[in-house]
Amino acid sequence: MDLLLVILIDGLIYGAWLFIVSVGLTLVFGVLGILNLAHGSLYAIGAYAAASAVGLYFTLGGDVFPLGSYAAMILAALLVAVVVAPILERGLLRHFYHRDEVLGVLVTYGVFLILEDVIKLIWGVEPLFVFEPYDLLGTIEAGPLFYVAYDFLVIAAAVVTGILVWYFLNGTNRGKVVLAVIHDREMSQTMGVNVDRVFMLAFGAGVFLAALGGALTAPMISVSPGIGVNVIIVAFAVIIIGGLGSIEGAALGAVMVGIARAASVHLVPELELFIIYFVMAIVLVFRPEGLFVKTQTRKI
Amino acid sequence: MEKSPVLVAAVTLTGLIVLGFALPDWAQFLMTIALAKGLVSLGIVAGMRCGVVSFGQGLYFCLGAYTAGLMSRWTGVTDVFLLTFLSVIVAGGVGVIFGPLLSRYRGIFFAMLSLSLSMILFGALAKTTSLGGTDGVNVAAPTFAGYAPEGGALATALYLFIVTVTVIIGTVMRIVFDSQSGLVSLAVRSNELRVEYLGSSANGIVAVSYVIAAILGGVGGVVTALAIGHVDPEYAFWTTSGEFVFVAILAGYLSIPAVFVASIVLEVVRSFSNLYFPNTWQLVLGVFLLVVILVRPDGIGSIKLWRRRESAGAAEPSA
Amino acid sequence: MNKYLKAALGGVAALATSVALTTAAAAEEFKVGIVTFLSGGAAESFGVPAWNGGQLLIKMMNEGALPAPYDQKGFGGLEIAPLVIDEAGGATKQVQEFRNLVQRENVDAVLGYVSSGDCLAVPPVAEELKAFLILYDCGTPRVFEEASYNYVFRTAAHAAMDNISLAKYIQSRGIEVSSFAGVNQDYAWGQDSWADFVASMGHLMPDAEQKTALFPKIFAGQYGTEISAVMRARPALLHSSLWGGDLQAFMLQSTARGIHERMRIALAAGDHVIPQLGQKMPNGIILGARGVNGLAAKARGGELTDLLWDAYIKEYGVFPVQAPFRMWQGLLGLKTAVEKAMAANGGKKPNADELAAAMTGLSWEAPSGTITMALGGGHQAIQPNAIGVTKWDEGSGQMTLDDVEYYDAECVNPPDGVKAVDWIKAGFPGAKC
Repeated sequence: MDLLLVILIDGLIYGAWLFIVSVGLTLVFGVLGILNLAHGSLYAIGAYAAASAVGLYFTLGGDVFPLGSYAAMILAALLVAVVVAPILERGLLRHFYHRDEVLGVLVTYGVFLILEDVIKLIWGVEPLFVFEPYDLLGTIEAGPLFYVAYDFLVIAAAVVTGILVWYFLNGTNRGKVVLAVIHDREMSQTMGVNVDRVFMLAFGAGVFLAALGGALTAPMISVSPGIGVNVIIVAFAVIIIGGLGSIEGAALGAVMVGIARAASVHLVPELELFIIYFVMAIVLVFRPEGLFVKTQTRKI
Repeated sequence: MEKSPVLVAAVTLTGLIVLGFALPDWAQFLMTIALAKGLVSLGIVAGMRCGVVSFGQGLYFCLGAYTAGLMSRWTGVTDVFLLTFLSVIVAGGVGVIFGPLLSRYRGIFFAMLSLSLSMILFGALAKTTSLGGTDGVNVAAPTFAGYAPEGGALATALYLFIVTVTVIIGTVMRIVFDSQSGLVSLAVRSNELRVEYLGSSANGIVAVSYVIAAILGGVGGVVTALAIGHVDPEYAFWTTSGEFVFVAILAGYLSIPAVFVASIVLEVVRSFSNLYFPNTWQLVLGVFLLVVILVRPDGIGSIKLWRRRESAGAAEPSA
Repeated sequence: MNKYLKAALGGVAALATSVALTTAAAAEEFKVGIVTFLSGGAAESFGVPAWNGGQLLIKMMNEGALPAPYDQKGFGGLEIAPLVIDEAGGATKQVQEFRNLVQRENVDAVLGYVSSGDCLAVPPVAEELKAFLILYDCGTPRVFEEASYNYVFRTAAHAAMDNISLAKYIQSRGIEVSSFAGVNQDYAWGQDSWADFVASMGHLMPDAEQKTALFPKIFAGQYGTEISAVMRARPALLHSSLWGGDLQAFMLQSTARGIHERMRIALAAGDHVIPQLGQKMPNGIILGARGVNGLAAKARGGELTDLLWDAYIKEYGVFPVQAPFRMWQGLLGLKTAVEKAMAANGGKKPNADELAAAMTGLSWEAPSGTITMALGGGHQAIQPNAIGVTKWDEGSGQMTLDDVEYYDAECVNPPDGVKAVDWIKAGFPGAKC
């Protein structure tokens, strides 16, 4: 029983992290039709920005109220979205909305290459550490093990993020407009929707979520070059399992992958490298377009 | 006026052979690699003509390369013709298995599924310590039907081999593209339902193009492995596949020579940016890529001079 | 259409010629191609510190600022002209770039390669081109165990000694090891390190039970699940050959969960994360530095070591870890070989054959101790090693290495002609300790 509990907790922690890093990707794909290969770089920028922000916060006397460093992290992610999203979306991506999806992949691959070096030019190669927020909440005893409380904060952040995104899309007027654009871009335009603005908004949200993923991860890792590369692959796998463009799918996919990986590490560690592709293959055999599919119109 | 493809091929081949002897050693080697990789990209182009882009050609590139590497290691076979033949069997065989499976998918799903197949091979090879794991294995120098050159002569022999293979395959692909089923594949690209209503199987056409791409990937892999002298799982990594896609998109699906020119351009840009901008070569490469896509979204093959063969109307309006 | 193809190729050729003209080497220069990671995950921990150290040493050598026997300017009076290339991008790319360095840039020697895959792929090409090549960092023993080369040398010991020394240290200090587990990256380096360690322990401490062996992906960054698995297994000792950002992340995440209070941790190559982690590195971690490098070298001291140590700190504000030490021993070995070859050929710039003859079996002093080209027919170096235990020094506010044990090169490296794995399995026959 202990083992099951541990697998469940480990799986949920990892799944929550996966959800945060992949939800922005699936949102951007759903609305803009662009599979953003630079998502991992935006995650890295978020991590760097958060590390700088938290560092700054403590230099400016944040010691008196260390919990404020969490606000600094979120603000850093917001700043990344405000600065980077308009440049990429207005300057580049909007030229590719009506083109092949694969061209979008390639464009963002170019952005990925550029950002990898830009990050190096801005922050250098020396790693940054901001472990204060990680240690702040202490540890929690769960079953036979100790966990860092911060891990559960990540789960909470994932749940809150998921609920907020879901509520925005399904519970607000503006969100319903976004859903309409996802469903049929041309029809929404004829109905008077400012599609351009919806795109900008959605991409901005996507960048923010990517950066938030990085910001939340920054305290538990060494923020150094190359941290974004692996993120792209796992985030892709998650949203393909869930169905491209589906928020619910990303959540379910993330939890499935998280638990499958935890089970593999505890039971058959040799298979860890394959487990994510294994889950993906199984899901796609039964649901060729992922767990949650958006309906496609047939063009005759 | 249509020129005979065979005549074009003969002239191109002669030109390339002469060029090979005129180039400095490093440029000749760069050409060998660029042409070998160009073959892989040509396979992607075959898929692009029916509207699917494989992001996992690294799978076949790697299979071809490991076939060459392991045959020479286990059986001592180093003959380049035999190795190429074996790779065609292996890569084509695997392509025949996955082709029908993947042909049910389109767009991003086709791209990502092909990518994950190639990543599974990457993982399997990385795990297999007896095949050198992630470090890979070295490949013995090839022989050419009994002729065993060394040093500069070996590089030149490989160059002549890849040039010949490239021209033959390029010509065959031109003929295939211009054949009836080749033109139907363009119809699949523009509207698959109509193709089905007219009695052709869109999935069948996609599957065939996938097998062709697999074979071309295998051939490209063999030659690259023999030229480099080393194979490792990186051949199947997604970034390797990404480069092939980049070349295919840079070239567009209209012209075959454009594929090889694009491949050469990429190799040249990468080589010089790596030397002159050791700290920012990725940035240079990325900017180059974006500029090309922005200026020529249909690929350099869409430059008018190159597409006269298809300007008669075979080319569809951009999707 | 071939017209356009040829036009494009002509352009390539023209570009090539112009580059060849502008880069024609001056007579008094010795051009060294340097290849190391300037981007990607290995840049921060290996590539960039190594190249920082390399730039510093090359500058000092060109000024003639080193003590004897390295007091000649440059290499025997020839100005050293380095040309650096990024190692990121895989073995295929490195083979191409190596050819470009030799055939296009006409370098006199190439010194490089951190990645073992590159170290296996490039030597056959060096041999084919008859180009002088020094592998300065990579660890795999396969390079000279599976092949032999005339023009290829490795100036650092291969990785087997890291884990042999670690196991010897654990045994010699009487550390209670009833069982041990491992967390190593899932690629050749991690797999080999674990295999070497298990084999060494099997011989030195046969009663220790082997528990879970975990292999997270390289650059995974998230180790929560692995840490849970290790804590459930409750081994007495945890072995890891993680490096760079992975090791830093692993230490942050595992120490936050108190793993270091429940078991001993032994890190085969862990010294290089000390400057970044500082006090986040707990006390009592057993660690090696792949040679007498970093803190272990400083503890032993010496004129050359102290000079370079201080210059490095002054220039970069942080102390040098293992990577610059390996770059230094490579460059000093090259300097020794060039000057030996010039003494033999009457002072001309030596060619690759003369360099290879001078380098074979060479022995020289480096900040990391005496380097001897003892294996692979005089092409593979052996060097002494050191293992110690971390201890935070309150007084200076710095991490120090305590209870350091130095191992002679011939104690932890196999004799010539014996494969490292076989040597470990046979119980280190002929080791001189």
